[in-house]
Amino acid sequence: MRVVIVGAGEVGSTVAASLAGDHEVIVIDLDSERVDTLTYSLDVLAVEGDGASVKTLREAGIDDADLLIACTDDDETNIVSCGTAKTISDAFTIARIRNTKFLDTWSQSEGALGIDLMVGTNLLAAQSIVRVIGLPGAEDVDRFADGLIQMAEFRITDETPVTGMSVAEADTFDSLTFAAIIRDEEVVIPSGDTCLRDGDDVVVIGSPESISDFARGIEPDTDGVSDVLIVGGNEIGLEVARLLGEKGTPNRLVEPDPERARYLAETLPKTTVLENDPTDQEFLLREHIGDVDVAIATLDSDERNLLSALLSKRLGAARSIAVVENGDYSDLFEAVGVDIAVNPREAIAEEITRFTREQHAENVAIIEHDRAEVIEVEVDSGSVLLDRPISQSIRDLPDGVVIGAIARDGTYVIPRGDTVIEENDHIVVFAAQEIVEETMEAI
Amino acid sequence: MSWRVDWQASVGLLGTGLKYLAVTMFVPLFVAVVYMEDIWVFALSIVLVTALGFALERVDTDPDIGPREALVFVSLAWLTAAVVGTIPYLLAGFGTSSTLADPVNALFESMSGFTTTGATVMGEISFEQHSHALLIWRQLTQWLGGMGIIVLMIAILPEVAVNGAQLMASEAPGPELQKLTPKIAETARVLWLIYFGFTLVYIAVMYGLHLSGFAPNMDLYNAVAHGFTTLPTGGFSPQAESIAYFSAAVQWAAIPFLVVAGVNFALFWHVLKGEFDVMLENAEFRAYTGAIAVTAALLSLLLVRGAAPPLDIGGVTGGATENTFRQAAFQIASLLNSTGYATSDFAQWDTHAQVFLLFVMFIGGSAGSTGGGVKVVRWLVVFKAIRRELYTTANPDVVKPVRLSGSVVDEDAVRGIAAFTLLYILLFGFSAVFISLDTARIGIELTTLEAVSASLATIGNIGPGFGRLGPFGNYLFFSDASKLLMTFLMWVGRLEIVPVLAVFISVFDRSQ
Repeated sequence: MRVVIVGAGEVGSTVAASLAGDHEVIVIDLDSERVDTLTYSLDVLAVEGDGASVKTLREAGIDDADLLIACTDDDETNIVSCGTAKTISDAFTIARIRNTKFLDTWSQSEGALGIDLMVGTNLLAAQSIVRVIGLPGAEDVDRFADGLIQMAEFRITDETPVTGMSVAEADTFDSLTFAAIIRDEEVVIPSGDTCLRDGDDVVVIGSPESISDFARGIEPDTDGVSDVLIVGGNEIGLEVARLLGEKGTPNRLVEPDPERARYLAETLPKTTVLENDPTDQEFLLREHIGDVDVAIATLDSDERNLLSALLSKRLGAARSIAVVENGDYSDLFEAVGVDIAVNPREAIAEEITRFTREQHAENVAIIEHDRAEVIEVEVDSGSVLLDRPISQSIRDLPDGVVIGAIARDGTYVIPRGDTVIEENDHIVVFAAQEIVEETMEAI
Repeated sequence: MSWRVDWQASVGLLGTGLKYLAVTMFVPLFVAVVYMEDIWVFALSIVLVTALGFALERVDTDPDIGPREALVFVSLAWLTAAVVGTIPYLLAGFGTSSTLADPVNALFESMSGFTTTGATVMGEISFEQHSHALLIWRQLTQWLGGMGIIVLMIAILPEVAVNGAQLMASEAPGPELQKLTPKIAETARVLWLIYFGFTLVYIAVMYGLHLSGFAPNMDLYNAVAHGFTTLPTGGFSPQAESIAYFSAAVQWAAIPFLVVAGVNFALFWHVLKGEFDVMLENAEFRAYTGAIAVTAALLSLLLVRGAAPPLDIGGVTGGATENTFRQAAFQIASLLNSTGYATSDFAQWDTHAQVFLLFVMFIGGSAGSTGGGVKVVRWLVVFKAIRRELYTTANPDVVKPVRLSGSVVDEDAVRGIAAFTLLYILLFGFSAVFISLDTARIGIELTTLEAVSASLATIGNIGPGFGRLGPFGNYLFFSDASKLLMTFLMWVGRLEIVPVLAVFISVFDRSQ
């Protein structure tokens, strides 16, 4: 596949790097230095120029391109680049968008503005934060099959009641599958007698009810989230506050800049906006941060988010979540005591990955910072799974693939050895990163 | 000395306005012809006003109105309308025992008319003393002043419409101008048509009641005369007994129109377009109708418990009778939005009921209605701002915008509203003191309620007060100084203080 990427910033480079292996990638950027750097560091063609101009797009070979991904930092540039590409070619266009208002516009009509897929990065990041907040103890939560199926990742510590139990003992729920355990940075596919240890991350796939029940077993003391403190009013913070407001979860938001604080207060009628330095300990104590259920750091840099999340944790917040723009830091954040590090770029990557696969996945969730994926696929006529019981067809899939759940005509089907998969079933599978491509081809 | 304002432009435009004001005098002229009364009063008035109009128009034949000129023009227009409006009173009163033959009285009555106040200095209101034509002119001034003479000019005069938005903002009641259509002249026309429509419906309902036998006293003359003063929240009546002169059916039928007069007319525009939600979700509309319901219920309770003695006019004997509830609902609907009609002589009620009515008078109509007073929307903003102050005292870091009907009120607007409300209360307080001292000077001791209500009833464009100023009393006994002060209060009250005082400040205060 021929892919044109407009914008060689962090997102553009990351996407280019992940696609360069299997596809022809052309990257367009205005900055000549960046173009030079890319030419040498990645196996891609880098073109200097304006991604919104016909001339540059032609130069990049837009006429033969299958896909255009516009991911500069500027929403308007991305929109115009997609629109221009659509005008002169048949490429599938993907635009990265920060401002939610454009998402609203885009959702008014299919293919509006010449964009086939609009990826609202801030909204996606905010949604994943809100999902995690909604499930006590969870580190990552994703929805599949229109919410019929959920995936969640939990950290097992020596305080969790299930520690030391075998999977068979811990799994008392019908519609729940223990898909994987991530132990010492290794993906382990559990069997019934695998024991859960302190420090494990377990990935479960199941119905939302069973996952909530399981979460309650992990964190028995929590009785719902009733006090959320959002530290920093950037666009992600704004979206988190808005989503929490819509759900009716009480939340407060701290923003140091008076004008921005005023804007936030005007935009968010259900949020209490506080104007103060978010790293001021005295202020945080005055606001009783010790009683807060979740503190979310959405400041303008990774460093400040780290500081803020650690500070909240130290002052007594029950859970702390930090936004981290640089994916390399995700593990580091969690290692030093931040409960959950959310990377907005992961959300873009999930969306873009979903569309660049040969067979389009319905949904993709990236687990543990790219160690594995949970993928939702609609089974069609060419699949090895079709019309066979799972116990047989699983042999034709790579080792380490787990079929976590099946959605058939809007109902939840528990996958057992003798379950026969039918055409148009949506299956949610877990696969370690190395075998994702292979798995997708087989399915 | 430089005036820093192109006053010629303002005066020139004023001339154009006067010519059209002369046209409205054909209405009383027509009435005079129908009732075979003296036609020379109005024929002469028309000639005089038209001549004055042409003369002033020559000051500036191509007026260019900027923001400051707009303030001067609007302030002057209302003052001039009141002055010109005295001409029929003076001509008709010349050589008779009419109290309106005195220029100060005539000016008071005329200003009270145009500003829809409804306070009167007429010694005797009767057709023996005054002609049908003169009394219909008195009613007509209120109808013209209700939706606003400037708004009317914008609606019909293209040369005014060019700078219409500035003019209309200075005249329209309420903290901000609401444009309904892209063109301001169109907006002005829409507002006047809605106003005109309600007036016609009112006249039809009242005359219908008369024809079907429910309202023996409500003949066509009275139906039109009261149609002229109900929708503008005016309160003048050619009958000495006001609405008490008419049957209970008339009183009940008038109540919905009284309530409507205090509603933002822009909301009816949305209703006409089928957007009922806009009205139902409007915070001011909800507060206004809610305030009427609650205060009417409370007043009913007071009257049921016997707060009003049996009276000659609209007495209430206590107990839960139809009469009790009618008196409570009518008085609230009339006084809350500054109309000033009465069906009961509330000046003779027990003091606690009078104090309650005084409190109700402070509320006022809605922004964009014809009602006077502080206006419901301002009270809403003031209360919300106060609540925020209290909240942020305990939570100093919280940023909390003031919201109304879901949208944020600009901080400048909040400040403006707070300043207006404070200015209103200050002006009201100082005037009450002045009036009470000045009246003592001429040997009359006012009661506290009388002094306070004299000030409030004029600045709020309400009309009747308490004691001697009651709904069936008058303002005749005041000294000229007090009458002129009250004339000033009516003037600034109708224009919501700011335009008039802003002109004074910008022209005279050189230190700014």
